[in-house]
Amino acid sequence: MTDKAQRHTTSGGGSFTGKPVDRVDGPIKVTGTATYAYEVAEGPPPAFGFVLGAGIAKGRILEIETGLAERTPGVLHVMTHLNAPPQPEFGPAVTPAVREVFTRARPVLRDNRIRYYDEPIALVVGETFEAARAAAALIKVRYEEAAGDFGLEERRQAAYAPQRTNAGFDTDSAVGDFDAAFSEAAVRIDMTYRTPYQHHNPMEPHATLAIWQGDDVTIHTSAQTLSNFRAGLAATLGVPLERVRVISRYIGGGFGSKLIVHADSVLAALAARILGRPVKVALTRQQMFANAGHRAEMLQNVRLGASPDGKLLALGHDVWSATSRIEEFCEQTAVFARSLYAAPSRLTRHRLVPVDLNRGEWMRSPGEAPGMLALECAMDELAERLGLDPIELRIRNEPDLDPERGVPFSTRNLVACMQEGARRFGWERRRSEPGRLREGRKLVGLGMAAAIRPNYMGAAAASVRIDAEGRVTARLDMTDIGTGTYTILTQIAADALGVPLAAVTIELGDTNFPLTAGSGGSWGAASAGTALLRACEALKRKIVTAARTRTGAPAQNPGTDDVTIVAGAVRLGDRPEGLAEFMRRVAPQGLDATGSVEAGANTESYRAFSQHSYGAHFAEVSVDCDTGEIRARRLLAVIGAGRILNAKTARSQILGGMTWGLGAALMEETVLDRRYGCFVNHDLAEYHLPVNSDVPDLEVVFIEENDDKANPFGAKGLGELGVCGAGAAIANAVYNATGVRVRDFPLTLDKVLPGLATVAL
Amino acid sequence: MQPFSYQRADTVKTAVAAVAGRPAARFIAGGTNLLDLMKLGIERPEHLVDIGRLPLDRIEPTGEGGLRVGAQVRNSDLAADPTVRSRYPALSQALLAGASGQIRNKASTGGNLLQRTRCPYFYDRNMPCNKREPGAGCAALRGFNRMHAVIGTSQACIAVHPSDMAVAMAVLDATVETVSPGGETRSIPIGDLYRLPGTTPHQETVLAHGEMITGVTLPPPPAGRQTYRKVRDRASYAFALVSVAAIIEVSGNRVRTARVALGGVAPKPWRALETESRLAGAALTDHVLTDAAEAAMAGAVGHGGNDFKIPLGKRTVRYTLASVAEQA
Ligand SMILES: Cc1cc2nc3c(=O)[nH]c(=O)nc-3n(C[C@H](O)[C@H](O)[C@H](O)COP(=O)(O)OP(=O)(O)OC[C@H]3O[C@@H](n4cnc5c(N)ncnc54)[C@H](O)[C@@H]3O)c2cc1C
Ligand code: SF4
Repeated sequence: MTDKAQRHTTSGGGSFTGKPVDRVDGPIKVTGTATYAYEVAEGPPPAFGFVLGAGIAKGRILEIETGLAERTPGVLHVMTHLNAPPQPEFGPAVTPAVREVFTRARPVLRDNRIRYYDEPIALVVGETFEAARAAAALIKVRYEEAAGDFGLEERRQAAYAPQRTNAGFDTDSAVGDFDAAFSEAAVRIDMTYRTPYQHHNPMEPHATLAIWQGDDVTIHTSAQTLSNFRAGLAATLGVPLERVRVISRYIGGGFGSKLIVHADSVLAALAARILGRPVKVALTRQQMFANAGHRAEMLQNVRLGASPDGKLLALGHDVWSATSRIEEFCEQTAVFARSLYAAPSRLTRHRLVPVDLNRGEWMRSPGEAPGMLALECAMDELAERLGLDPIELRIRNEPDLDPERGVPFSTRNLVACMQEGARRFGWERRRSEPGRLREGRKLVGLGMAAAIRPNYMGAAAASVRIDAEGRVTARLDMTDIGTGTYTILTQIAADALGVPLAAVTIELGDTNFPLTAGSGGSWGAASAGTALLRACEALKRKIVTAARTRTGAPAQNPGTDDVTIVAGAVRLGDRPEGLAEFMRRVAPQGLDATGSVEAGANTESYRAFSQHSYGAHFAEVSVDCDTGEIRARRLLAVIGAGRILNAKTARSQILGGMTWGLGAALMEETVLDRRYGCFVNHDLAEYHLPVNSDVPDLEVVFIEENDDKANPFGAKGLGELGVCGAGAAIANAVYNATGVRVRDFPLTLDKVLPGLATVAL
Repeated sequence: MQPFSYQRADTVKTAVAAVAGRPAARFIAGGTNLLDLMKLGIERPEHLVDIGRLPLDRIEPTGEGGLRVGAQVRNSDLAADPTVRSRYPALSQALLAGASGQIRNKASTGGNLLQRTRCPYFYDRNMPCNKREPGAGCAALRGFNRMHAVIGTSQACIAVHPSDMAVAMAVLDATVETVSPGGETRSIPIGDLYRLPGTTPHQETVLAHGEMITGVTLPPPPAGRQTYRKVRDRASYAFALVSVAAIIEVSGNRVRTARVALGGVAPKPWRALETESRLAGAALTDHVLTDAAEAAMAGAVGHGGNDFKIPLGKRTVRYTLASVAEQA
């Protein structure tokens, strides 16, 4: 069961935390030996399920004819709402508590209602995937179709105020008298921005292998937060929590689309139980568009009122987002605006317009990713109106305290990030007048934007064991979604225990291990890391106690540092002894310890300080005078996110984030056909993500920082920060290049072209 | 994907006979387009005849000083061929602008010519599509048609032919060589290979069922400088919004001859004959280039989402002509 592969081969002692240690799972990833859920070969030979989706967006199934499919050779079972095992009802659109969003039952094939296009209406299980898929095509369905709602802009009057936003933030916030302050301001910006539907599109699709043994089910799946996932699946299947074990050792990306249970897991579990045989179900890439989450379309109105010298007097950020009629999701799009700039009068609001789609999910920096596209472009527009440099405008509005909470910042190096970035990027080359820099038939522009992202901490626990050979094994149900968690946890444990990296094995992704908050919201490193650190400290105390007890060292003197563990050797007084030797002699049965941390929101430090990571993004783009094609040339991110645990994996995280920012600014958009309620461009040929040749010269700089309020490492949430503001920096650079301000994302060439004058040849 | 039988052909004759003899049989070469369509149930062959290993993988000089490209020459190999690179650079550039390295390693010359449209409604069996299901209607006409054609369309279908390679071949006056079920060989000028949709968008080419493309003949390259310019939404791995293949021969400040073909705007690679004739013999002025570019998009009709292709097409033609002429 245990996977030895994540052992590291580098040896040595000393301090590993912060060093650019290679990923411990790198070799197995690049050699293809890391096993993903759909590839797990465990238990008896599995059967293969294929999901059939609805061909309409709203209505009822009147008749579903499965006879032909059932009689197809190689088909074992066809499940529809007519014969699916009972499941609880899909509850209300809003759960009573925030956490229930993650743990609620999500029944599939429960009744004949169609609530969104491509919603599962049947599962065909066959001896092979191909047989199941072919048979699914033979199912005939008769529907009673109802008209659905899909528009946002024209239905803004149907908008409602939700009880809260995602992550439990207040729907609205207000300080001072926004309307009065805004209307009296000498300089005003009042702009509306649109961001489109987007899809996560992790490389690894949502896939599950379900294996029952008696009343216990083991689910190999691709999930980011296992304990929530398990609770959600147990609730759906109507079985006790302890009957469900969820395993996700390796995950091919999640980006927030693997926090909750999807149809693949539910259907695999149901079918495996019926057939008495393991069942694998994977969503196809096309099916992932309707069945594995999306970011909703939004309209954002940003209103900035400033004095002529560039002091913000009024800051308003209103968001209208589409939301699923069946389950509400209110992305916290304007929440970051409550902490970013000083302004005496402020207003942020979130409103939702119900549409007949599946629920939206948490996608790459929920909140900041779309929100900063709007606010940080509006700041650029304001800077131009004021005749101020965009960095100078931001510096003039740097708050001393969190502007809405009134508490101090734990650390905040936004200004330092902007200044360092300006120096490194050659910001002085930027012409304040747009459209002035030309190289051949390319217009060149520079832009910047700030980055902010809250620091979260989730509850987590870890266990750690040292055996008679001095080998350390730590276990947590934490996941590594490609971010480097295996590696940083190895570094943390090695440092905490004074052993080489090679002595540490980290085992993740199994609900049999102590539970954590998993990977999401960039909280993983701090949460799992703190729990593991505490477990290792507890283990170290046990080692020290054992050392003292066996040698008769004076126990009445426990504070003295007479016992140390360095580089895998225990030193008692002046006598060093190899850890393995020591363990064999002192504790041949091994020693165990556990550690845990509570959720940040419950801590005093979280209440007393405004905790965020910050950064500054810089972009240089070229725009073709003739075709309007926009290409990024250089991007720089300067990041202040507390202590960096691994310079290499941290850099990779930010590089990835910047690339997503580029995608959001220039190409990512899922087109919703409002006549049919379907996502039209639902594959990777037509849904454009940046490819290698789109990703230019990227640079990441971390500024020295240690946030002692955040956690014992002084580290803060990092991964998603790379996205926040990156797209706005690019959009601002496009404006600087062309003088054409596009407020409808993504900035494709057709939107820029009309504003580009024909340039003489 | 519905079950199918499979056979690997070792001669052109058996391959053609095997497909011609069964209405639901298809050739498969690289499979990069056909297999995707089969998985989605859009193509539903009962029998596949694999022609990928037929000895049609040579690039050979013709007696006339041209080049004969076997139907099984891979897109990567054709793009990298030294003769193609030096004498037919527009073709090499067009190939390299298409798809991805992996796909080009599999894709064949014949398969590339016969790849089907990327219209997203064609790819979704729940959507009405006249090409997939004659008479069902066209979801793109009033739907998401940003990628669709503005020239040569009909009310029945506005799909684009997505090949880059074919646009370069069109400007090079290539001829498509086939063997028909009766065993006769045909040479079809590439401009005549494709049909416009009219009322029968499901009939895409003039080939009979079972007629196989064995190769493409390129005449000696015309005098002048060649280029292929592809305008797209991302720097690689995206289909053309508009593309222009051009060959211009300049003498002094005058154009002697010009050939221009467009991609991304029509149901087939589109030769801009009016543009060519306006350029022939004309002085290279801004006015002439603008006028020639206007002519390239004459009669173009947008359908909402793709309206921008008309100005984009003109601008791209105008600049491509200017840049080739400048270097010529
Ligand atoms: C994601 C993606 C992106 C792409 N991007 C581009 C792009 O930017 N530009 C571009 O030009 N192309 C692009 N392509 C398309 C690619 O070029 C084609 O898929 C490829 O050229 C098809 O060649 P093949 O040999 O694989 O054809 P196959 O899939 O084997 O066959 C295609 C069709 O041609 C028929 N056929 C094949 N050979 C013959 C023959 N000799 N005689 C008669 N019939 C034959 C088959 O029966 C089938 O109907 C892309 C494809 C994908 C999947
Ligand atoms: S444009 Fe052609 S291929 Fe697309 S939906 Fe219409 S008929 Fe079908």
